[in-house]
Amino acid sequence: MSLAQVPYETLAIALGANGLADALTARGHRVTRTGSFGLSWLEPMIIIDEIAYGPVAALDQLDEVRLGPIETLPALASQHRLVFDRCGKIDPFDYDATWLRNQLRRTPQEIIEEVKKSGLRGRGGAGFPAHIKWQTVSDTPNEQKYIVVNADEGDSGTFADRLIMEGDPFRLIEGMVLSGHATGASKGIVYLRSEYPVAAEVLGAAIAKAEQLGLLEQFDIEIFIGAGAYICGEETSLLESLEGKRGEVRAKPPVPAISGLHGCPTLVHNVITLCSVPAILDIGGDAYAELGVGASTGTMTFQLAGNIARGGLIELPFGLSMRELIEDWGGGTRSGRPLGAVQIGGPLGAYLFEEQLDTPLTYEDLARLDAGIGHGGLVVFDDTIDLVQQAHYAFAFCAHESCGKCTPCRIGAVRGKEAVASMMTGEYTQEHLQLITELCDVMEEASLCQMGGMTPIPVRSALGLK
Amino acid sequence: MQESEELREFVASFSGKIGAPISALRGILESHGYIGEEHVRLVADVFNLSLADVRGIVSFYSDFRTTPRGRKHLRICQAEACQSMGARQLTDDISNALGIELGETRQDGAVSLEAVYCLGLCASGPSAMVNDRILVRVSKEDLLQ
Repeated sequence: MSLAQVPYETLAIALGANGLADALTARGHRVTRTGSFGLSWLEPMIIIDEIAYGPVAALDQLDEVRLGPIETLPALASQHRLVFDRCGKIDPFDYDATWLRNQLRRTPQEIIEEVKKSGLRGRGGAGFPAHIKWQTVSDTPNEQKYIVVNADEGDSGTFADRLIMEGDPFRLIEGMVLSGHATGASKGIVYLRSEYPVAAEVLGAAIAKAEQLGLLEQFDIEIFIGAGAYICGEETSLLESLEGKRGEVRAKPPVPAISGLHGCPTLVHNVITLCSVPAILDIGGDAYAELGVGASTGTMTFQLAGNIARGGLIELPFGLSMRELIEDWGGGTRSGRPLGAVQIGGPLGAYLFEEQLDTPLTYEDLARLDAGIGHGGLVVFDDTIDLVQQAHYAFAFCAHESCGKCTPCRIGAVRGKEAVASMMTGEYTQEHLQLITELCDVMEEASLCQMGGMTPIPVRSALGLK
Repeated sequence: MQESEELREFVASFSGKIGAPISALRGILESHGYIGEEHVRLVADVFNLSLADVRGIVSFYSDFRTTPRGRKHLRICQAEACQSMGARQLTDDISNALGIELGETRQDGAVSLEAVYCLGLCASGPSAMVNDRILVRVSKEDLLQ
């Protein structure tokens, strides 16, 4: 009997994967529901006896969309998949816990040392060295400590968290259990956005399976579903939300690693950060640190999005250029028009242009452009982009999503939106630009968190302001 | 009366859990379709919170709508990746065709239109939802069907 693999993943499902799975079963195939490999333009991509097909509209035209053996598919074979090594290949629930059990025999400090050697930095956007948080939580005495996973993946252009939770949820469970062991935390909570029901379903089932396997006796995991607030991706806002309140950000210090959820030491990490930990322990922190460039170590799960011919997830060591990613991997714009701009790092990320595309993708190189890598998402626009409109959107988004706690963000975003709106109607003067610059300065300097603090980045880069 | 007792028990079942009032409100949203004033009072009473606290939560989170949605509920992604694929024009077209703006429900209750900020389908935009069904690379015709 032939074996067929069909993704159970949001995009593939939206494009008819469930119907394909039923049809394959009816034809006598043994069907496994896997995750997605993240090659969005090929979805729904199915595999029959190791041969990949995609995008599959209907089973009777399979020959027209035959891609070849999955193992040698160029778009996958040329990636360096550490976090996503299993995603797409496996039945997420067919899990062998031997590796994890062996890792849990290592001492907590041994694990923290490996994370330190790896140079792993937070993949959610801040890029803060992970081991410092781990050591702090470990060193802060308290009966109750928490691991909180930030799965509130709200940045436009990003979907890596969703893909891994839908395709390899045990990768996240491994990361959580190991971080709990290393820091002395006994409770893990996944703060998952409500826009991701499939991820909630798959991760929930994987947690139940982990319980059956006896993996959650010392450490239990709960999923909390958010309620639609971008700001809850900010770690202190997220903690407030977990405490059942409005997600208003907290002033730091104290940092959550010392006083987080309910005042307890809390390790807050993005999904991909924690999902990088099993790979680090597997190959060793030193080997991981050899990947990448300088202080940007390891692999990054880039996501190519927007107006792009071949969008999707690309995991590679830091250091390739934006041009390689967009042109070689992505095949340029989907519209076929010249590139207009790329926004990198979500709605608080910079708009970059053709002449900047040769910049290597590292934390340091992007910082030199007043940009950030964020969660690794690149949103491509063609030359029809209206940059003034994008600057307006950046302020409008901040006005919409601001938690309202600090004045620079709450008021600055609204005034900024008004000032850019007057540019759009052509009624602006030099004074408007001056006002926008001053608002940006105040928001950057005086906002409580990065929502207000980074909104000036897309505004300035779109308008060409210093 | 029966229903209100059941609902009170349902809300109380979240006591002591992580983010209890938010999860209770989500449960009410799922069963009732919106959060009414009576639900705000109930949640405040069960968790011993002030009405202002609960109203504050409801107004903070965009999922917590306070009016029923239309029988056909359209959500169009307004975030950058979908903008790059024409989400603005699509939203304008749909808004004009339906005669309602984002955030509104038509008088007859047949249809409502709402913004959503990112469904995580950013390489296949523009994305939208019709009730619980997700649509990618969506056109005006798809949404008005």
